[in-house]
Amino acid sequence: MSAHDPVELAAARPDFAAIAAWIPQGASVLDLGCGDGSLLRYLKDTRKVRGYGVEISDANIVACISNGVNVIQSNLESGLSGFESSAFDFVLLSQTLQATRHTEPLVQEMLRVGNEAIVSFPNFGYWKARLNVLQGNMPVSDELPYQWYDTPNVHLCTLHDFEDFCKSHLVHILDRRVMTGDSEIRMLPNLLGSVAVYRFKRST
Amino acid sequence: MAQAWRVLSFWNSIVNDSVGIVSAQRAQFETPLTFKSGAVLPRYDLVYETYGTLNADKSNAILVCHALSGHHHVAGYYANDINNVGWWDTMIGSGKPVDTNKFFVIGLNNLGGCHGSTGPSSINPATGKQYGASFPVVTVEDWVDSQARLADLLGIKQFAAVMGGSLGGMQAMQWSLTYPDRVRHVLAIATAPHLTAENIAFNDVARNAILTDPDFHGGNFYEHGVVPTRGLRLARMLGHITYLSDDAMADKFGRSLRSGKLGYNYDIEFEIESYLRYQGDKFAAYFDANTYLLMTKALDYFDPARDFQGNLDKAFAAARADFLVLSFTTDWRFSPERSRSIVNALLHNHRNVSYSEISSAHGHDSFLMQHDHYHEVMRAYLERMAKEFQ
Repeated sequence: MSAHDPVELAAARPDFAAIAAWIPQGASVLDLGCGDGSLLRYLKDTRKVRGYGVEISDANIVACISNGVNVIQSNLESGLSGFESSAFDFVLLSQTLQATRHTEPLVQEMLRVGNEAIVSFPNFGYWKARLNVLQGNMPVSDELPYQWYDTPNVHLCTLHDFEDFCKSHLVHILDRRVMTGDSEIRMLPNLLGSVAVYRFKRST
Repeated sequence: MAQAWRVLSFWNSIVNDSVGIVSAQRAQFETPLTFKSGAVLPRYDLVYETYGTLNADKSNAILVCHALSGHHHVAGYYANDINNVGWWDTMIGSGKPVDTNKFFVIGLNNLGGCHGSTGPSSINPATGKQYGASFPVVTVEDWVDSQARLADLLGIKQFAAVMGGSLGGMQAMQWSLTYPDRVRHVLAIATAPHLTAENIAFNDVARNAILTDPDFHGGNFYEHGVVPTRGLRLARMLGHITYLSDDAMADKFGRSLRSGKLGYNYDIEFEIESYLRYQGDKFAAYFDANTYLLMTKALDYFDPARDFQGNLDKAFAAARADFLVLSFTTDWRFSPERSRSIVNALLHNHRNVSYSEISSAHGHDSFLMQHDHYHEVMRAYLERMAKEFQ
C-alpha cells in the first residue's frame, strides 16, 4: 500500500476525514503549517481540491514537493500578507493553532483570506489531560507528545476556551466535530474528546 | 588519508556523475527573425549542447536558459579540455537533481552571445564585417522566439521544463507567456518579474564603463584591432560585487591584506581588491563587450507587466505551466521579495506553484553553487516531474 493511500491516511489521522467531510469537491484550500503535505494530498485525492500549503521547515518543503502538493515557504507568524482577501474557499490550520505565537491575528488573517476556516487542535480539557494536571504533571499523550521543556505548544486551550474566544472575536462557529481516536464524541465533549475540529467564518 | 578521500570523491563527482564528454552543435536558421525592436536578422546560428536521450514521444526535454555571462556549455567537459566543466555541472548530470538518465537537457548560447551563436562579434554576411554596434538590441522575448525555433528543429513540441537562474529565469517565465502550450513546468530561480531602479542603475554604470572606454569605438572596436578591456573589466568587477553578499565577502576576504601591512599607496592591497581584479581580467579576456551591453539591456527591458499597465497578475494570465520558484536569503540583487511577487501573481492566476526561500550566504551567485537543501528541492521537483512521462 502506498504511503499516501487515502484510506491509510484517514485511519492514521481521523481529523483528516473530519476536515474532508466539510470540503466540497473542487474547492480551493490554503493549508497553513501543512507539514509534509499529507492533508493536502489527501484532499487532492478525495476532494480534488486546488490547494496550496504554507510551511516554514526546509525538510517539509521537500516532502510537500515529493508529495506533489503546492507549497509556499513562509512564516505564518508574519501573517498572510502575500494572499489576497477571500482568495480561498477554505483556510485550514490542522494541529498547529496551539503552537502559534500570534494566535489572535492569525485567526483574523485566516478569515480574511478564506471564506471559511477550519482548525483542529488537541483538547486540553480532555479528562486524561485534566487527570495528569490533577496528579501534578503536565500531560503527555498521543495528542500532546511533548515534555514541558521541549513543547512547541504555547497556546493550548479547551473546547470551552476556543468557543469563548470565537464569541469575543466575532467568529461564527458553523460546525464542530470532537473525537477521541477515530470515534466521534457527542456526550461531554470537553471532557471526553481528545481532538476538536471546528469550521467557522466571520460573523456578519 | 582524509585528503586523499576528498580528492577521490571530488574526482568521482566530476567523472562518474558527470554527463562526461560533450560537444557543441550548431543549428543554422535561414528564416529571418523579427526582433521586438522591429529589427530583422535575416539569418543566424545557435550553438547548443544536449545531454541525455530524447525519449520516443519527445516529452522529456528540458531547456536550460543562461544568465548574463553564461553559454551553451552547461554540463560535462570537452575531450580536449577536461578542465572546462559546464557552468551548471553541479545541477545537471547522471543522478544529479536534473538527472540526465531521465531528462534530455538542452543548453544553448543565446542570440547576441559571444560563444558561437550569432552575435555582435559574428560576421554580418551583408557587409562581410563584424556586426559590432549594428547588431540589434535583443530582448528576452526575442531569445524565447529563437529558442522555440531550436525546439522546432529538434522536434520538441512541448518542453517538460524550461529552467534558468537570474536572466535565465526571466526566459523561463517568458516561455510560459509566449508559448503557454509548449512548456509544462517553469523553474524560475533567483529571478525577478522586472529589474528595480537600483538594478538598472548598476547595469547602467557597467555599460558606461564600456561605452566610455576609448577602445570601444562606438561598438566597432573589432575594426581597430583593440578590445575595450578596461571598461569590460570594470563592468565585471561591479557586477561581481552585486552577485556576492556582504557576509560572503567578509567570510572569504575580510580585511586581509596581501602583504600583511598597509602600503600607503594605490596598489592592490586588500585581498578583495586582488580577487575582483582577477575576476575582471579573466572575464575581459574572453567576453565580448557588445554582448555584455546587450545582455544588460535585455535584463533592463524585461517586464511582462509593462503591456498590462504594470499589472503582473494580468501578465501571467496567459501562463499554463506549473511553477517552481526559488530565491536565496542573501540575494540582494534579485531578492526573495521579487520572487514572492512572481509567486503571488501565479497564485492569483490559480497556477500550480511551489516556492522555497533557500538559506544561503552566497548572495545572487548561490543559484550556481552546490547547496544540499537547494539541490534536494530541485531533485524532489524534477523526480515528481519525471513521473509524468515514465
